[in-house]
Amino acid sequence: MGVLAIQGDFERHLEAVRSCGAEGREVRTPQELDRVDRLIIPGGESSTVGMLMMRFGMMEAVRARAGQGMPIWGTCMGMILLAESIEGSDQPRLGLMEITVRRNAFGAQVHSFESAVEVSILSEPLNAVFIRAPIVVQWGPSVEVICRWQDHVVGVRSGSVLGTSFHPELTDDRRMHEWFLAWDPSSSG
Amino acid sequence: MSIGSKNGVIAKTWREKVGLAEMLKGGVIMDVVNVEQARIAEDAGAVAVMALERVPADIRRDGGVARMSDPQMISEIKAAVKIPVMAKCRIGHFVEAEILEALEVDFIDESEVLTPADEENHVDKHAFTVPFVCGARNLGEALRRCAEGAAMIRTKGEAGTGDVVEAVRHMRTIMSQIRTVQNAREDELYVHAKELQAPLELVREVKRLGKLPVPNFSAGGIATPADAALMMKLGAETCFVGSGIFKSSPNLDGSERLKEQARRARAIVESVLFHKDPAKLAEISRGLGAPMVGINVSSLPEGELLATRGW
Repeated sequence: MGVLAIQGDFERHLEAVRSCGAEGREVRTPQELDRVDRLIIPGGESSTVGMLMMRFGMMEAVRARAGQGMPIWGTCMGMILLAESIEGSDQPRLGLMEITVRRNAFGAQVHSFESAVEVSILSEPLNAVFIRAPIVVQWGPSVEVICRWQDHVVGVRSGSVLGTSFHPELTDDRRMHEWFLAWDPSSSG
Repeated sequence: MSIGSKNGVIAKTWREKVGLAEMLKGGVIMDVVNVEQARIAEDAGAVAVMALERVPADIRRDGGVARMSDPQMISEIKAAVKIPVMAKCRIGHFVEAEILEALEVDFIDESEVLTPADEENHVDKHAFTVPFVCGARNLGEALRRCAEGAAMIRTKGEAGTGDVVEAVRHMRTIMSQIRTVQNAREDELYVHAKELQAPLELVREVKRLGKLPVPNFSAGGIATPADAALMMKLGAETCFVGSGIFKSSPNLDGSERLKEQARRARAIVESVLFHKDPAKLAEISRGLGAPMVGINVSSLPEGELLATRGW
């Protein structure tokens, strides 16, 4: 399992992956990407990471692996980078999901919060941590909404790609990581 | 660490405060004095900007009392960028902090760069929803700030000098004291807590974690990509660059100068990512123009040192 380690809370994801008993590796370069079979794109700043991915050949490398069906999960910033469209911004992104996201949809840090959410792929609710979180404002027919908080779409999946606005890696609940480690997109459709 | 619940929303938890600091890891936070600089910083890949009226080098030059920035300029910068915006309040000046919280800045730096408002008490940071970052020179100071509710620690270094020597001293001190605590027996922690003048509970936490209880960033004198990479190798998780960017290229004017400063900003961002790769650092450091002139910290009289502020 790889975690994109360009910037952000990648260490927290690596800890989560390792506590599930899987091997977690930092991924910064296309060569490091070749050595993993799944990828988590963590929380962080999307403008920073998008720019650095462009500059060091990671956009093309990740898109190529996604094209071969590698499972990718983006949390918060990760979901922003997966989006086809980012409201009011032409910043670099992977564009692997037919969604439009709104960055920072709840406002400044003082509006960051935690709340229980229902995630369709889990049987019990999850305590979700939202930090300057994005939401999905539009989505295409290929996209399945897996989580809402109040009226907002905060979890989506499409093909082999998963996006969440919140940060399961910041809690001790490992169900999302366990689910992603076991996910076989070719069978679940 | 107050927890209030309303409509199933649990807000104001410690996790959100430290969580934002986690999101800033592996990045560069840049001091900016206007909207133009804030946009340059964002485009160069800054993970956050620190909005202030004068960078530390100018505060040092001008002398006098340095205070919180005008809310007007902070709001303008907030409106201009999507990345988090930080601002500074004076040590112990909880009303400046309340004003910054009302402005909805994303992080408050209770900073020795401004003139202290209280020579005994720091701000009670637990009383706020917005997270705080505080400077520290050693582990005891860092843990005292954590006890007061800081969600991030940064080395103080010696701001506004462009001389990295103090940032290095403070980071080495903190990291070496952490290693000492880590190797201590449980029954020796009481004495460590006494000597560090820090709460026992937090000293135990340092032993358990092998690091500070909150993210540990670096600041104060970083002026080049190599400086930033050095601080990362010594244990910093992110770098603050103050005067180092927008005081660089002093030989140029206008848009030429801004262009070169933008190149330096981008290079420092890249150097944090590739701090373990000397070949990449060589490439990144090439042809960046003149860094800020700087001041040797050893030539500063004691009364002009900023790092000794805070207790």
